Amino acid sequence: MDVLSLSRLQFAVATYFHFLFVPLTLGLSVLVAIMQTKWYRTGDEDYLHMTKYWGKLFLINFAIGVVTGITLEFQFGTNWSRYSAFVGDIFGSLLAIEATAAFFIESTFIAVWFFGWKRLSKKAHLASIWLVAFASNLSAFWILVANAWMQSPVGYVIRNGRAELTDFMAVISQPFALLEFVHTVGGAYITAGFFVLGISAWHLARRNRLAFFRKSFALAAAWTLLFSVLEVAQGHMNAEILGGKQPVKLAAMEAQWETQAGAPMNLLQWPDAANERNSVQALPVPKLLSLLAHYDPDAVVHGLKEVPAADRPPVLPTFLSFRAMVGLAFVFVGMSAWAFLRRRAPERHAVMLRLLAWAIPLPYLANLLGWTLSEVGRQPWIVYGVMRTADAVSPVSASQVAVSAVAFILVYSLLGAADFYLLAKYARRGPVDDDAAHV
Amino acid sequence: MLETIWFVLWGVLWTGYFVLDGFDLGLGAMMPFLARNDAERRLVFNAQGPFWDGNEVWLITAGGATFAAFPLTYAVMFSALYTPLMLLLFALILRGISFEMRSKEAAPLWRRTWDTCMVVGSFLPALLLGVAFANIFKGLPLDAQGILHGNLLTLLNPYGLLGGALFVLLFAVHGSIWLSIKVAGELGERGARLAARLWPALLAVAVAFLAMSAAVTDLFANIGRWPLLAVFPLLAVAGLLGTRLFLARRARWRAWTASAATIAGATAFGVAGLYPRLLPSSLDPAATLTAHNSASSQLTLSIMLGVALVFVPIVIAYQVWVYRTFAFPIDERDLEGHNAY
Repeated sequence: MDVLSLSRLQFAVATYFHFLFVPLTLGLSVLVAIMQTKWYRTGDEDYLHMTKYWGKLFLINFAIGVVTGITLEFQFGTNWSRYSAFVGDIFGSLLAIEATAAFFIESTFIAVWFFGWKRLSKKAHLASIWLVAFASNLSAFWILVANAWMQSPVGYVIRNGRAELTDFMAVISQPFALLEFVHTVGGAYITAGFFVLGISAWHLARRNRLAFFRKSFALAAAWTLLFSVLEVAQGHMNAEILGGKQPVKLAAMEAQWETQAGAPMNLLQWPDAANERNSVQALPVPKLLSLLAHYDPDAVVHGLKEVPAADRPPVLPTFLSFRAMVGLAFVFVGMSAWAFLRRRAPERHAVMLRLLAWAIPLPYLANLLGWTLSEVGRQPWIVYGVMRTADAVSPVSASQVAVSAVAFILVYSLLGAADFYLLAKYARRGPVDDDAAHV
Repeated sequence: MLETIWFVLWGVLWTGYFVLDGFDLGLGAMMPFLARNDAERRLVFNAQGPFWDGNEVWLITAGGATFAAFPLTYAVMFSALYTPLMLLLFALILRGISFEMRSKEAAPLWRRTWDTCMVVGSFLPALLLGVAFANIFKGLPLDAQGILHGNLLTLLNPYGLLGGALFVLLFAVHGSIWLSIKVAGELGERGARLAARLWPALLAVAVAFLAMSAAVTDLFANIGRWPLLAVFPLLAVAGLLGTRLFLARRARWRAWTASAATIAGATAFGVAGLYPRLLPSSLDPAATLTAHNSASSQLTLSIMLGVALVFVPIVIAYQVWVYRTFAFPIDERDLEGHNAY
């Protein structure tokens, strides 16, 4: 493989792996903060136990998210140095703001929360978990603003052979960035919701600590249903903005080859990029695609053939990741609605409990599919319409990157296995009374 | 003007990183010489407990600030030093994760594995950062395209290795003194004794490094131009002497402050000597990257200056609060329950 392919492989490994841990951090930090707030307000010991138990799982997950995040910052310089030199004026600033204004708070106060049980007043201690929750979500905001700029570059001019900032507010307030932030965080909250639902379901099915897991279940059911419904509604807005900003990505995710007014949506479809057509295309719903993309049944939807093949993303992964993500989103709405309706005595519904326990990986899958759609669908561009991925890679040797890519795969696999082992161990063990005794 | 301000801030961020993460890297690297059993090793982990993560963000911020303020320097520095940076990265990953993992499982093999990650993952960053910065002081064989003519072995020249040894010793002393503050009893005493024993070696390496810097770099040239900059090497020397003096008097916090001053003085000396260069080329003076030829636009520099002036003092304020709250000495009783690593 050449430097470009190896660097892309390495970036994909490092980013997918990082994003296995980040969503749970974003969502569970808020859920744990809510639990601790309930304990603070009501004095109900169950909520203290919940804070400790879910908090421990949160920390085991958090650790890997933090250490693998360093990789992402480094990689822009090590593997994508031409990109870094070209966009540092804008993209670099956003990363630097993230570190200074958000990541510092998160990393400092996570330790304050963990070590502070006996050292801080109850109120200050509660504030520390809220600071962690706030800062990790603020971190996500800055990172997603940076990514949104790669998707939809605004507020810049090409000068001195690079992209230079002209309008900071345009960069941080463009709708694309705000929608991407809401959508990503929504997915993260659903991930955390199913995590709590699934583990609670596993224990409820075994009649472990009924009161404790019923409370966890009820909180997570309401939370997950809320964010699943919001995510579907809001996700639609993302697709809509693509119509204006990235029509080629929209065409690829719908496998729409021809430009067409009143375009139908085919329920069954399989793209064949080599022949620029769909090898399977059945069950069309007339005009639905035009309606969904532009709120007008007769609107024109642009097809892939409008741009040369060299400017199109890989169609099959873009198309499949979109379909699968949307399908999963409806599964999430259905399952969380079911859980919500049965939240009072979930232990009586064995089938539901079993399905929920098995559903834990699904939001993780949906998150990765979403990023596949977002990043693969942006190809061949690293900055949409401005810089090609092939022009962004560092002038380093293929052997260097091959060694580091293999090292990432090995080290990350081992870390992932160790972390999964600990998560499973502490999740199965359930709450320990000791935990609360040491407050 | 903005470029110069950012150059100074760049130096401040690296100084902050070395002073803060320096002690926990040094402590981790010295663990085999300090801790004699499982409980003591656990105390070494917990002595860094509430601090290491916040300390490491200084590195992320220094890297991020390089990216934001001097993108070309960031691009060339990180790609030219590809292999050492990957080693640094893996070391920091394994070290960082060992905190959460180590004591959650009792099997000796599990614990030995994470203990090794801690030791190697602390030693390597100290060494690599020293080697990298010494090579930057001396100049890297970079061409006008920012491509390094050499490999990892090119960096392991005598001056680079001396820089690595200097960082390892500086951090080892700094971390050992920290252990004597943060851990009560015999383990803490051992920290103070190790710092005192390492001190002569540190002195020797520091003197050799200064002498060799005069021979193979032009770090002293700026002091000739602006004599006030001499305050930095003097601070380092005073800190070094103060470290030994306060250790002898058992004034641990002062000894630690003095070793912090040594690290700060040494870093500031190097950075001030580089000015305005960020990445000197030893092949071609025209390929040298400076605060002027690699800077971001004036707009970005001024926005980022605003961000730095608002947030860095806030960060320092709450980190000082964290140190004040959690600097109390711990012993084995603090490891009971579930509020310790």
